[in-house]
Amino acid sequence: MSAAATAISLSLSTIAKTSNPRSPEQLVDGLLRARGIEASSPLSTLAMVAALLAIAFIVVNCAAIAAGIFSWLERRIAARMQSRVGPNRVGPAGFFQWIADAVKLLLKEDLIPEGANVHLFRAAPYFMMVGFACTFVALPFSHALIAADLGVGVFYLLAVTAFVVVGVLASGWSSNSKWSLFGSIRSAAQIVSYEIPAGMALLVPVLLAGTLSTQGIIRAQGGWPWQWFVFHDPAALAAFFIYFISALAEGNRAPFDLPEAESELVAGYNTEYSGMRFSYFFLVEWGNMWVMSALATSVFLGGWQLPGLDAARFDALTGGAAIGLEIVSLALFALKTMSLVFVIMWLRWTLPRLRVDQLMSLCWKYLVPVSFAGALFVAGWMLVVRAAPVLDLLMRGALTALGALVVTLFVRRTLSNVRDVGDRLDVRGNW
Amino acid sequence: MSEPTQKSLGGWARDVSESARSLWEGMSVTLSYMFKKPITTQYPDRMPLPVVHTLPTRYRGFLEVDMDTCTACQACERACPIDVINIDLIRGDGVTTPKTAMERFDIDIGKCMFCGLCVEPCPTGSIQHTREFEGAAMAFDNLTLRFVPDPAKPYPAYKPPKGADAYPRKPLGEIVRKLIREWDAPAPAFPQRDGQTPRPGPAEVSHVPR
Ligand code: SF4
Ligand code: SF4
Repeated sequence: MSAAATAISLSLSTIAKTSNPRSPEQLVDGLLRARGIEASSPLSTLAMVAALLAIAFIVVNCAAIAAGIFSWLERRIAARMQSRVGPNRVGPAGFFQWIADAVKLLLKEDLIPEGANVHLFRAAPYFMMVGFACTFVALPFSHALIAADLGVGVFYLLAVTAFVVVGVLASGWSSNSKWSLFGSIRSAAQIVSYEIPAGMALLVPVLLAGTLSTQGIIRAQGGWPWQWFVFHDPAALAAFFIYFISALAEGNRAPFDLPEAESELVAGYNTEYSGMRFSYFFLVEWGNMWVMSALATSVFLGGWQLPGLDAARFDALTGGAAIGLEIVSLALFALKTMSLVFVIMWLRWTLPRLRVDQLMSLCWKYLVPVSFAGALFVAGWMLVVRAAPVLDLLMRGALTALGALVVTLFVRRTLSNVRDVGDRLDVRGNW
Repeated sequence: MSEPTQKSLGGWARDVSESARSLWEGMSVTLSYMFKKPITTQYPDRMPLPVVHTLPTRYRGFLEVDMDTCTACQACERACPIDVINIDLIRGDGVTTPKTAMERFDIDIGKCMFCGLCVEPCPTGSIQHTREFEGAAMAFDNLTLRFVPDPAKPYPAYKPPKGADAYPRKPLGEIVRKLIREWDAPAPAFPQRDGQTPRPGPAEVSHVPR
């Protein structure tokens, strides 16, 4: 226990020191100063508010568009995994399907069932949207692109993702429908339970980085896989999987999509919704995939870090090189996040839905004990590594090699799965 | 099916390893499907061959009658087990009007079961199955193929030449393709009852601007 306490106090002392010089406020401030406008003038306040509104607008729209694109992507991927084609008629490869669907949903009648609590029923989708849009504040996109690098980033993210449960409960209760109510209560139970392993798993990178800021955690890692926190030690590796599973459960994604189990609950908490309000629920569901994947990428997979360029040297860059590498880091971050989003979709079409008791036993009997043990192990391991740094290198190398081995074996297994049935690889056919 | 509440550490570890193994296998299978070609046939427009060319040789599509070689013998009408074919004859004097003519030759494709019994007895091969099978109608009534378009202009019966064993026939499908094109027409109004204004047919309703 004392090992953990030392490590935590060590981390806390460094939290105070981390600060990121590049935030949007400072950018606006710098621009204003360059024009000779002092921070104290009312014009500066106005510009600051306008800038914040602009950022909020961009962030919310990015979220909505990402969610829309995922809806298309998920259907295409799901279709191929089931040997189907999926939506492919609207635009190239059916890409504009999500726009067509959005337009359709916007034009539909907004029905409110008889006996529903009208105000709550109307407000519930906005609760969901707010909780979802707020997460984008502290999510990094690249080296400098982040709406606000909060000092309590990870904590804030955990808090606002749980806000979605308010919307779920409100929609389920106010619908005056037994299916909605069951769905929302399941969802609440699920989110509350899985908050614990998710939080404990996120504590591991927080311990390792010594900060709660998302950018700070990324900065504590490096560009190469062996510098990522996921390969830091076995407990961190376990923490990554625990976080991933818990985030799936919190986002009501398959195989934990009990709140919207079609065979039992029609569509769960959004059964009674139609039109635009219905589309908000789906926006949140798909957008959440980005949120959880981006957070996992940031805290476990090295975020936007470019291999061979450490964060301090990145900060020092100026001019074209800085902008170019900024874009590369953005692309790398997006690539890592998209791979995780793909894994989420892939899991959905692989695993059957869990029963409620299985869901609870997975959480309380498997994830919670392991996540607590993992946090303790990491605290101890940090002390061991401080005494013998060579062990750190050995462990990271071994785990990265293990990861590479697993991926190779998996690819070989998949290839043989294709060939064993006399088929061949064909990605381009039948689009 | 109640699981034991207490589990040994070995059982716990076995659960974890079994889940990992089934995940491994399951995800590998789904991924392998993703990299295979979907079996979907993208009918009708994205196919290696038009569907008509992939049909079996004796495919039984919509019926077609070549009125120029129909003898008005009504063998097909009698052969049909479910009264799909309707032929109305008028008799003439043989001098100013033909001796036998057809006022009506209707085949209700909505009712036809494509059994082919009507094709068998036809002496001239006038009634035939085409290879056409695609069509969408705005109303059920439109599905009736009317081979005599205008009852005021009856078709004279064909007199096969003596000893002939082959009869001239228009290329199969040409006539029926023209008739199918008319299926898109709006439905006729519902029959009028006394003292009521005629109601529009279902197809027209969908075009009424709000
Ligand atoms: S195919 Fe069969 S059902 Fe159709 S018209 Fe001929 S005999 Fe009647
Ligand atoms: S289509 Fe053939 S069977 Fe039918 S009335 Fe004409 S000649 Fe006779």
